[in-house]
Amino acid sequence: MNHKTLAALLGIGLLAGCGQKGSEQLLINGAGATFPYPIYSKWSFEYRKVDPTVSINYQSIGSGGGQKSILDGTVDFGASDGPMSDENLALAKAAGKIILHIPTVAGADVVTYNLPGNPPLQLDGPTIAAIFLGRITKWNDAKITAQNPDTRLPATDIAVVHRTDGSGTTYIFMDYLSSISKEWEASVGRGTAVKWPAGQGAKGNEGVMEQVKQMPGAIGYVELVYAVQQKLPFASVKNAAGNYIAPSIESVTAALATAKIPADFRFSMVNPPGERAYPIAGTTWLLVYQKQASAAKGKKLVEFLKWAETDGQALAAPLNYAPLPEELRQRVLKEIDSITY
Amino acid sequence: MNAVAASKEAGEPLGIGPAHAGKLGDRVFRLTTWLMAMVVLVLLALVGWTLCKGSALSVKEFGWGFLAHSDWDPVNGNFGALTFIFGTFVSALIALLIALPLGLGTAIYLTELAPGWVRQPAISMIEMLAAIPSVVLGVWGIFVLVPWLREGPYPLLLKYFGFLPLFRGPTTGFCILSASVLIAIMILPIITSIAREVFRAVPEAQREAAFALGATRWEVTRLAVLRYSVRGVFGAAMLGLGRALGETMAVTMVIGNSDKITASLLSPGNTLASKIANEYAETLKGLPLSALFELGLILLLVTVGTNILAHLLIGAMGGRRPRGN
Amino acid sequence: MNPWYNRWRKIKSSCVSGLCLICALVVIAPLALVLFHLLQKGASSLDWSFFTQLPKPSGDPGGGMANAIVGSATLLGLAGLIGIPIGVLGGIYLSEFGSPRMNWAIRFAADILSGTPSIVWGIVVYALVVLPITGYSAYAAGLALGFMMIPLVIRTTEEMLVLVPNIYREAAFALGIPHWRIVLSIVLKTAGRGIVTGILLAAARVAGETAPLLFTALGNNSWSHRLSEPIAALPLQIFTYSNSPYDDWLRQAWAGALVLILFVLALNIAVRVMTRSRTPHLTR
Repeated sequence: MNHKTLAALLGIGLLAGCGQKGSEQLLINGAGATFPYPIYSKWSFEYRKVDPTVSINYQSIGSGGGQKSILDGTVDFGASDGPMSDENLALAKAAGKIILHIPTVAGADVVTYNLPGNPPLQLDGPTIAAIFLGRITKWNDAKITAQNPDTRLPATDIAVVHRTDGSGTTYIFMDYLSSISKEWEASVGRGTAVKWPAGQGAKGNEGVMEQVKQMPGAIGYVELVYAVQQKLPFASVKNAAGNYIAPSIESVTAALATAKIPADFRFSMVNPPGERAYPIAGTTWLLVYQKQASAAKGKKLVEFLKWAETDGQALAAPLNYAPLPEELRQRVLKEIDSITY
Repeated sequence: MNAVAASKEAGEPLGIGPAHAGKLGDRVFRLTTWLMAMVVLVLLALVGWTLCKGSALSVKEFGWGFLAHSDWDPVNGNFGALTFIFGTFVSALIALLIALPLGLGTAIYLTELAPGWVRQPAISMIEMLAAIPSVVLGVWGIFVLVPWLREGPYPLLLKYFGFLPLFRGPTTGFCILSASVLIAIMILPIITSIAREVFRAVPEAQREAAFALGATRWEVTRLAVLRYSVRGVFGAAMLGLGRALGETMAVTMVIGNSDKITASLLSPGNTLASKIANEYAETLKGLPLSALFELGLILLLVTVGTNILAHLLIGAMGGRRPRGN
Repeated sequence: MNPWYNRWRKIKSSCVSGLCLICALVVIAPLALVLFHLLQKGASSLDWSFFTQLPKPSGDPGGGMANAIVGSATLLGLAGLIGIPIGVLGGIYLSEFGSPRMNWAIRFAADILSGTPSIVWGIVVYALVVLPITGYSAYAAGLALGFMMIPLVIRTTEEMLVLVPNIYREAAFALGIPHWRIVLSIVLKTAGRGIVTGILLAAARVAGETAPLLFTALGNNSWSHRLSEPIAALPLQIFTYSNSPYDDWLRQAWAGALVLILFVLALNIAVRVMTRSRTPHLTR
């Protein structure tokens, strides 16, 4: 091979890149949470059929990544399950950008585990906090067996798996643990990336799933759809009303029904009062600029958002996400109308 | 008539142009190549400057204490690099401990013992090992190596050596030791090939003299070759270490990602490179990002320092072989 | 001399030889094992749809890595566009023009840069290019990979050019050929094969890098139509898929890893074939 052939090959490589199919498509880039990744990638796929001139590219890099990317302006929209903090919103405002939180769907953080036979477990908040704090270290600890009298629990060590990346899934979990455990709130706190007292880390919902699947005795927290798709067991958690509730669309919807939603749509719905409500639930947001930089992209993005809040909601339930209630949807659509391009 | 004028008359089609055009061409050419060579210096300056500028905030805030603290707490704004420096060095040193004897043994085999037909294929295969992309090795690590280690060797280690604080369970397999094994696999080729070069450089006469005195194969190797090559072997080790310190993808995938320092090799950890890989995408501007940049700066300084030391030992840094003739 | 002692010496020698053989086998084993497992788990997923289809949403069967393969080719092309001219011309400078001190400095810098961890390149290009200028884009990713190629290519080019005997240059000078002409038409041509192998090795090394892409390319689940947009790449896709819990994605991760390693090994073998006739049969 001589240098001419080499040059030709390089040229082909470059041209292949430039001349990819259908150069008419507009690419809208988003990055962020892994929690809604299954529904967002489904939306992206289906929306290509609704509007073939637009391609929505969503990469799941974690909620922290979503917040950072939209703050830095390296993507067109971000996604996060933890609301952006006041400081960060102020930072954005100082740079002349107002960021809107658009809630899309609600989901549940489930506590998943890897035990022989994968029996259904019942756990309450303080027990979960103790496990993740590293206080309870064996599966047959008294506190766990007391809540699960009909299940044989082995003497295996509990291997805690948590997230390493900044995660909205983590935020929801932290929010819950902070609200039911003063000790947790004081020592670890709320946040998308915290200092974990115990266990080892994995990246993304996917990473935690993988680790829990591979390690006997593991316990971790993931978004509901991941556990269902991989047929992993999850625990029923005791809610504020005293009932052990399993995570499902119904129990998440019940939690959503009792949540108080402010004008900027940043709300928390953990540990709600409802009878049948699942306590570790949260909504996920798309983060967009109120003032879009590009008219063409802005228009297409608004169309996509409107589709997501209307037709897209029908795709949520099959993937085990709870769609937003009608009244909330109307409020969100009004918010989307305020986006200028 | 001189040669130039004669060739002009003869109408030579290429190569010999008028003198002044050649001079201009020379000038342009020399300038262009000089600029391109300068790019290397500019790149180095850019890398250094970007890292320094990025870590300025963190350096100002924490000073030297950054190297001594092991807290990494984004919520409260406390950052320290100790865990990652520890993880980086421990995994690299253990990898070296595994790879150096293996590499030396292999190099001895290839230079002293192997039959001729085995040599080239074996060398080729070892160099192919160096070509395996880190992410591919990481995938293999997650799904093949770690499960095997978790089922087989690690329980044995725990059973027989569990009295040492180095080996404490339970282990998920995603730990410092697993990362060290992967790193060892990645640095084997470089250690083997440099050791081979060093052994080959020993004059044949040394071996022959030893043989003439009635030494066995091993004694010849020990007396004539190894004794001669200590410095070179050190250099090989350092180069391997330099490579090991910077390894990112494969390590990130199997090291377990924990921000705590533990004595046990079977517990998860983090290295400078893997922490940056995990956190960079989402670390917001300000102190957290600056702390991450400082990790990158430390990583660069450590890798560069090791590489310089290595090159000094094997005498190749900035050196130039004489023009061929 | 005590015959028992001699026997002991011989036994010791045989033992050590045996150990060294075992070392060699242990060192070669990982390559064989990795290839074996890749073939076992990945080959079955290498069907037509893998090479032609875009990724499907998690859980939907089918889909492939077509955009990642083309994306990697694109990035390699971009990287070559930057790395090859700068590296080769820089190597020419070192070999033909430079002063000893300047050359030492440049070689030193090149050695440091080639030892720089790839993740450092990633964050540097993110801070310099992605953030202020282009956002996540193929340009930024190609730039990062190109930067990584430069120190490798400049060193190998210089080494190859230096091997060209001076006689060639002197003869050409005697004929009155301008220096630049000499270098381009004669020296470069003579060293051509060696330079190309250096470039191929650098390309093989850079094609498998993932860390720089994490912060520059972002990834794309469909085709990239402009180089100023995020782009999918094979190592990136493999990394993302291997972190997922979906079986069909995991199988595709293996398949992707197989394709990547075959490509890299093919380049290396090509280099070996090209240099075979030049290397004398090894006596040691």
